Amino acid sequence: MSVEMKAIETQGIPVCTVDDLVAESGVCALINGRQVALFYFPARARVYAIDNFDPVGQANVLSRGLVGSSEGGLFLASPLYKERYCLETGRCLDNPEVVLDTWNTWLEGDQLLVDPQAVNQGVLRESA
Amino acid sequence: MSKTALVVVGNGMVGHQFLQSLADSGRLNEFEVTVFCEEPRLAYDRVYLSSYFTGATAEDLAMGKIDQYREWGLNVLLNERVVEINKNDRLVVSDKGTTLSYDKLVMATGSYPFVPPVPGHDRDHCLVYRTIEDLEAIKASAAQGKVGVVVGGGLLGLEAAKALRDLGLETHVVEFAPRLMAVQLDEMGGGLLRSKIEALGVQVHTGKNTQQIVDGEHHVHRMEFADGEVLETDLILFSAGIRPRDQLARESGLAVGERGGIHINNRCQTSDENIYAIGECALWDGKIFGLVAPGYAMAKVAVAQLNGGEAEFAGADMSTKLKLMGVDVCSIGDAQGRTPGAKNFTWLNEAEGTYKKLVISSDNKKLLGAILVGDAESYGTLLQYMLNEIDLPANPESMILPSVDGAASAGLGVAALPETAQICSCHDVSKGDVQGAVAGGCCSLGDVKGATKAGTGCGGCVPLLTSLVNHELEALGVEVSHDLCEHFAFTRQDLYNLIRVEGIHSFDELMAKHGKGGKGCHICKPAVGSILASCWNNYVLDPKHVILQDTNDTFLANMQKDGTYSIVPRIAGGEITPDKLIVLGEVARDYNLYTKITGGQRVDLFGARLEQLPEIWGRLIDAGFETGHAYGKSVRTVKSCVGSTWCRFGVDDSVGLAIDIENRYKGLRAPHKIKFAVSGCTRECAEAQSKDIGVIATENGWNLYVCGNGGMKPRHADLFATDLDKETLIKYIDRVLMFYIRTADRLQRTSVWMDNLEGGLDYLRDVVINDSLALGDELESQMQHVVETYECEWKKTVNDEQALKRFRQFVNSDKSDSNVVFVQERGQIRPARPEEKEIEAQPIVMA
Ligand SMILES: Cc1cc2nc3c(=O)[nH]c(=O)nc-3n(C[C@H](O)[C@H](O)[C@H](O)COP(=O)(O)OP(=O)(O)OC[C@H]3O[C@@H](n4cnc5c(N)ncnc54)[C@H](O)[C@@H]3O)c2cc1C
Ligand code: SF4
Ligand code: SF4
Ligand code: FES
Repeated sequence: MSVEMKAIETQGIPVCTVDDLVAESGVCALINGRQVALFYFPARARVYAIDNFDPVGQANVLSRGLVGSSEGGLFLASPLYKERYCLETGRCLDNPEVVLDTWNTWLEGDQLLVDPQAVNQGVLRESA
Repeated sequence: MSKTALVVVGNGMVGHQFLQSLADSGRLNEFEVTVFCEEPRLAYDRVYLSSYFTGATAEDLAMGKIDQYREWGLNVLLNERVVEINKNDRLVVSDKGTTLSYDKLVMATGSYPFVPPVPGHDRDHCLVYRTIEDLEAIKASAAQGKVGVVVGGGLLGLEAAKALRDLGLETHVVEFAPRLMAVQLDEMGGGLLRSKIEALGVQVHTGKNTQQIVDGEHHVHRMEFADGEVLETDLILFSAGIRPRDQLARESGLAVGERGGIHINNRCQTSDENIYAIGECALWDGKIFGLVAPGYAMAKVAVAQLNGGEAEFAGADMSTKLKLMGVDVCSIGDAQGRTPGAKNFTWLNEAEGTYKKLVISSDNKKLLGAILVGDAESYGTLLQYMLNEIDLPANPESMILPSVDGAASAGLGVAALPETAQICSCHDVSKGDVQGAVAGGCCSLGDVKGATKAGTGCGGCVPLLTSLVNHELEALGVEVSHDLCEHFAFTRQDLYNLIRVEGIHSFDELMAKHGKGGKGCHICKPAVGSILASCWNNYVLDPKHVILQDTNDTFLANMQKDGTYSIVPRIAGGEITPDKLIVLGEVARDYNLYTKITGGQRVDLFGARLEQLPEIWGRLIDAGFETGHAYGKSVRTVKSCVGSTWCRFGVDDSVGLAIDIENRYKGLRAPHKIKFAVSGCTRECAEAQSKDIGVIATENGWNLYVCGNGGMKPRHADLFATDLDKETLIKYIDRVLMFYIRTADRLQRTSVWMDNLEGGLDYLRDVVINDSLALGDELESQMQHVVETYECEWKKTVNDEQALKRFRQFVNSDKSDSNVVFVQERGQIRPARPEEKEIEAQPIVMA
């Protein structure tokens, strides 16, 4: 299912405006009690949402990590111990066993909407 | 041909390796294999068992995967233990009543932890450390207690102690022998290890013989020792050695050793030719091998034998390299010097906490053994000398003595190793195997790892493997890539030149003109950010540059382990007025920050939340402070002694010079952090010779030292020029630093940079003093530009609405991070440990 289709079916909640985001870098939002790191790519009109909790460093810091790309895919590097996580799938590039939750997002005008239901990649992994 | 019925008893690390080797041999289809696995899960990595406490799951540790086993066509019986072997009828019987006949049987039953039979050893909360289930029991028990004792100060005991400490228990180690790791270390090595471990908060009690364990008064247990002392604790973890699981073999009439272990010959056969034993349960030549590598070697021999081959087990090297609670400990060969006529060289440096010992043969020619504590760097080299019986240099002590005046220590080039030299002991890969892999088309470390498995076990051989692979590639004429990363086919120096010559001002521009496309990464982005800052000195929080910075530069503060930040205002030369000192105290008190004095004569304030940073800095700036750039790869501090102003020995004003220098270079971005110091006389109280730039006052002017450093690999600075006046001194420093910024690699310290310059110190003198490249004026004017465009980044940030927006924990809420929790210690805050958090955090848990 594509991200756009999902948008039509589910209720996204408004989180913030584009102005609150930082181009090609991260900020953090509190969504249904979960800390969610948001990374904004204006050229693609796309916001990636991924768990803010660093499972290795055990701290809520991923929104403050550095964004990069490897072989075409976008990743985020933890500011603590530099593990890289794929922004699309939440999978750790340096240890494929670790997968972070991600959230579906979409922009409506200036408003960022996020589906509060995390995409549980961990479950996907088990059936794969 | 009918298939051979093969039964494997035990699916631990070695049992798994056996199946893997059998599959690799391509002859699985000749066997009908049944595996009995007593544990509720297939083989997992016991070597990394402790990582279970730091977040690894059972799945992460798994080695045997059920899908894989099915694909191999194995019949796997989980949770099922073999209880009887009838070797006459060739039958096995399990505890669930399964009866199977076999043609060949392999025992890989491993070992069990030995629990000394002291009265009370079987009380509740008395545990062992071998399986995942054991770890779960330890976790559950630790959650109810405060104090934990590990009985046994060997390798596993110390690892267990670390686990208990990580679980938040007050931890003790009780050892029967007079020192820790009595098998691997000698007295001095054991003593040093002890002091290091005690410094980490684990209490060590050696020479203690436990007599009985009874009810405690304040804690669950009370341990009573033979010397009359007692110790109270809530949890006892026995780690007093292992014993082979040979009971099944014994009852089946196989020959076992007097002190345990199933007798095997060189073919890994037991006293019954159809039954093999491998791994920790096996006794070969009177020895049990309690490490995985020998077990793996046995597994391969057994597979070869079953396939009709000739391979034999020839013993194994028991050298070990470990990191115990962050302390490197290595033991090689005859570490205790038991060989007749053996001679020792020892080197103990208590200040640095390192101990090194070489045991050499009576004719001074061969290395027999070695011990390294606190510094494992020479492990690979020493191991090769021992294993391959390479002739020692004339002065063997040079292999463990610290290098003096930059003279290279006697390392061993990979070229010198014989083809048979074992590079990776975990997977038994020789130098010849690696050469073969490279000749066969592997063109990177990753390829070689994939093809040979070298370096994929404990990882201890990776440095040696890397240099071997590079050496082989270069020998084949392959150009070894010095590219910065996958985005730029240039070195840092190339990029610097491109940026400066073409006047490039942003990462995007550089990527468009010279990159390979993409968004960059954690390697190239900060490197380019640093070059742009050194060249043009623009505001680092400019939106163009924000994306380039590591978190510390983005938020102009140093992130600590819990995600909070520490703040270090500049205190030039370490000189501060009482009023300013009071402000620091007031700010720290008002925001409840942990306060500590740094090695660079400043004050570090810890525990500030992201959203508090601008407010705190607002107050500091109002009081006249500036940022200290502690977060950047940049000029940090200029340390100084009081000098001639107060000191009766001083010959010049070291503080005055230090302040001038610090104000000149503050904020300068560089490939690595840079530290300075100025001493007022040759007594050197400011330790200038351990800095990148050191200045010492003499009767006739200033002596300049360059390219020293403290830290992981300390190095003394070299004397660069003597008796300089202030103007010349500044000119030389300008030139040295700018030349460094232009030509160094990413994250290369000044010392390594200079060592890598062809011609080293002399060349640098030539460039700077004799202006041999005619660059002097340019270097100086570039530095002048940086000096003139200096701005305090925090002053700019607190007045920049857009930049301030980033200093929010949440874009949609005013809440703080509920995972940041502090507790009190010695009158100040510190981050709560995970187990403290569960209790403390409850009131602010969010739905
Ligand atoms: C915490 C810890 C850290 C370690 N660190 C290191 C290290 O750094 N380096 C190193 O080289 N080694 C290390 N070791 C040792 C290493 O783990 C062992 O050498 C290795 O596991 C031995 O493998 P094995 O297959 O012989 O035995 P095991 O891994 O113990 O496997 C034996 C298996 O057989 C099963 N079994 C026994 N009897 C029966 C039966 N009758 N029927 C069916 N199944 C049976 C057992 O339940 C077990 O699962 C460490 C060990 C521990 C516990
Ligand atoms: S280095 Fe010299 S001047 Fe400075 S404090 Fe020491 S003795 Fe005094
Ligand atoms: S030595 Fe440095 S890196 Fe290590 S704990 Fe201390 S501050 Fe941290
Ligand atoms: S020696 Fe352990 S991985 Fe090579």
